[in-house]
Amino acid sequence: MKIGNAVGIMKEENGEYNMRFQSFLIKYAEIGIKGKNRYLFEDALVKQIRRAVKQVEGTFEVSKAMGRIYVNAVSEYDYDELIEALQCVFGIVHICPVVQIPDKGFDDLSENIVRYMDEMYPDKNLTFKVECRRSRKNYPLNSQEMNRELGGRILDAFTQMRVDVHHPQVMLKVEVREQFINIYSLEIPGPGGMPIGTNGKAMLLLSGGIDSPVAGYMIAKRGVFLDATYFHAPPYTSERAKQKVVDLAKLVAKYSGPIRLHIVNFTDIQLYIYDKCPHDELTIIMRRYMMRIAEEIAKETGALGLVTGESIGQVASQTMQSLAATNEVCTMPVFRPVIGFDKQEIVEVAEKIGTFETSIQPFEDCCTIFVAKHPVTKPNVNVIRASEKKLEEKIDEMVKTAIETAEVVLCEA
Amino acid sequence: MEVYLDNSATTRVLPGVKDLMVEAMEAEYGNPSSLHKKGVEAERYIKDAKGRIAKTLKVQDKEIYFTSGGTESNNLALIGCAMANKRSGMHLITTCIEHASVLNPMHYLEEQGFSVTYLPVDGNGRVKLDALEEAIREDTILVSVMYVNNEIGAVEPIDEIAALIKKKKPDILFHVDAIQAYGKMVIRPKRQGIDLLSVSGHKIHGPKGVGFLYVDDKVKIRPILFGGGQQKGMRSGTENVPGIAGLGLAAWEAYRDHEDKINHLYQLKESFVEGIEHLEGTKINGLTGRESAPHVVSVSFDGVRSEVLLHALEDKGIYVSAGSACSSNHPAISSTLKSIGVRKELLDSTIRFSFGMENTMEEIAYTIEMLRELLPMLRRYRRG
Repeated sequence: MKIGNAVGIMKEENGEYNMRFQSFLIKYAEIGIKGKNRYLFEDALVKQIRRAVKQVEGTFEVSKAMGRIYVNAVSEYDYDELIEALQCVFGIVHICPVVQIPDKGFDDLSENIVRYMDEMYPDKNLTFKVECRRSRKNYPLNSQEMNRELGGRILDAFTQMRVDVHHPQVMLKVEVREQFINIYSLEIPGPGGMPIGTNGKAMLLLSGGIDSPVAGYMIAKRGVFLDATYFHAPPYTSERAKQKVVDLAKLVAKYSGPIRLHIVNFTDIQLYIYDKCPHDELTIIMRRYMMRIAEEIAKETGALGLVTGESIGQVASQTMQSLAATNEVCTMPVFRPVIGFDKQEIVEVAEKIGTFETSIQPFEDCCTIFVAKHPVTKPNVNVIRASEKKLEEKIDEMVKTAIETAEVVLCEA
Repeated sequence: MEVYLDNSATTRVLPGVKDLMVEAMEAEYGNPSSLHKKGVEAERYIKDAKGRIAKTLKVQDKEIYFTSGGTESNNLALIGCAMANKRSGMHLITTCIEHASVLNPMHYLEEQGFSVTYLPVDGNGRVKLDALEEAIREDTILVSVMYVNNEIGAVEPIDEIAALIKKKKPDILFHVDAIQAYGKMVIRPKRQGIDLLSVSGHKIHGPKGVGFLYVDDKVKIRPILFGGGQQKGMRSGTENVPGIAGLGLAAWEAYRDHEDKINHLYQLKESFVEGIEHLEGTKINGLTGRESAPHVVSVSFDGVRSEVLLHALEDKGIYVSAGSACSSNHPAISSTLKSIGVRKELLDSTIRFSFGMENTMEEIAYTIEMLRELLPMLRRYRRG
């Protein structure tokens, strides 16, 4: 079904109708059911929407009224850019471009409805249903009467249109509010989830790969504010590899808001492990130290959990045994949102959120530089612990130095 | 200490060149095609640059066409000549160690129905003349050979190639990619039998985004860019006046006191080569004496990955390339190194050091010292 270009409030100007939507009704789901905390969630959502629309050409007012959030354009603006920005705000389920009219009686409403249908749907061969709601109960007609009457007016105006109450192609919604009446039929899907800032903070272990940005996105989607840690190992990894991770953090920040990226120099620790421990255990021991360091930084920054992009069995360091061995060193919960995903499923999300192309740039990361030809796939925790004993002399000091010398980069979309 | 040894990738713009470019942007910013005074002023920069460049090659001013750089010069030379002369034949000859901006236009021409012979090279990266002699056919219209190889600094036998062409089939056009040679070698196209010659600005302390193609007056060539008909219709598009002005001055500077400059580069190279030869597990690829280019040395380091060594040197303030800089964004194994038979395990362990006028003997000594320090450490930690 073809939808017309007419996007707009019906405003009479020089006898012509200037059709542009000036108002967007933001629908949210889960945050509506959080009882007495509801306003906290709504306020967080309003804050995140304000942040998102700042990047859009135009001036907007974001308001909360009667359990509804509206984005109102108060200047010329870029429609596509606005929708794209709103589609990055977690907590939004639907974005509905609405036409708002003052209540000037039912005939005026009917005329507006007919005009709306005319302009929105140039191809009149369609089925529709009218669904009215009244939050102002003293409106002369009740909802059922409105549905019937408005449907009749549309049928009279456009003989090709038909009513289908079960599977309409167009669901025309009319809401009688205290101050005005909303007319809309478009419900553009938002990303869902919960507003950032409503669920505390977590520390994402961000590598240059495909999985960790996706993991970060998924946790942020649940309203969690993100910090990130990246381990680099100059000269074994390059400045470009580091830049790539900064770029990835910026891409995730489009959804999650600004990310503080902690860049830890891991070279000395890696070489020390190489010197002291069996080479086939290198990756596991290295990852255990990464978790320890990330957790220390997480504690300092007030994060309550760690986030990794691990997926069971994907590589030697992500077998059940390896995961258990890595997990053992953490006291914080470790969230692995893609744990049950196949690679292809992770790639699909990466493509959807726009991190894939950056992730596949070929720069070596520090997990692969000394990887053994045959790393252990079923590490025994006791054996690993015994190997780590050989590091006792210097490792604590090295970990401390690594944390103290970490560089912090603020990554904003 | 900062030591820039990546002068084959690009060079620092000379202060005088920069000043001239600023002048052409701020004061005399006209469009050279404009009829008014501003246009005439701008046109003067182009005339001056052309004159300066023509003098360095002892050719006519009108035989110089400005381009956006080496890549465009090579594209124009190859595609322009092939298209203009395809009635005489559709066979082209080049070598297997050319830069991508020659090889890829050749692949494009193959798609257009031309056939291309890629000549092999010897262990020092020099074209095998007997292979060229065998490759020349009745329908050969163009031979394209680089003057100096960008990865190992081999100097190709340009005079011999030209002589061979003249002997076998004199109407074959001879294109020389001189992007690494211009400014380093004395080039006399008329005397050497070169019909087309590609040059880039930023390899000779000029700006990026500008270069030129010398085209002998008698050569039939077609444009590859179409538009307003600037540069006699051979290269449409408003001339990059600041770039061209800068290129002209850089070219003039490159050949001023040329012998002294070349001697300085050879001294740097000789001292560097000597230092390298005293380090364990190193192998220099190609020739090192005065028969090789004065500014490029390719070294393979046993048991060290080039990217790691590159970053380790970077940490010491020393900037170099892994293999060929132009391909380092997509680390394909260098075709030149393969062609001269570098051992498989050394392909990924090769670094290119390239010198410029601004380098000093002290910097060379420092670099050797740092290599001596870094190599044992890097060799201790390896994969697997």
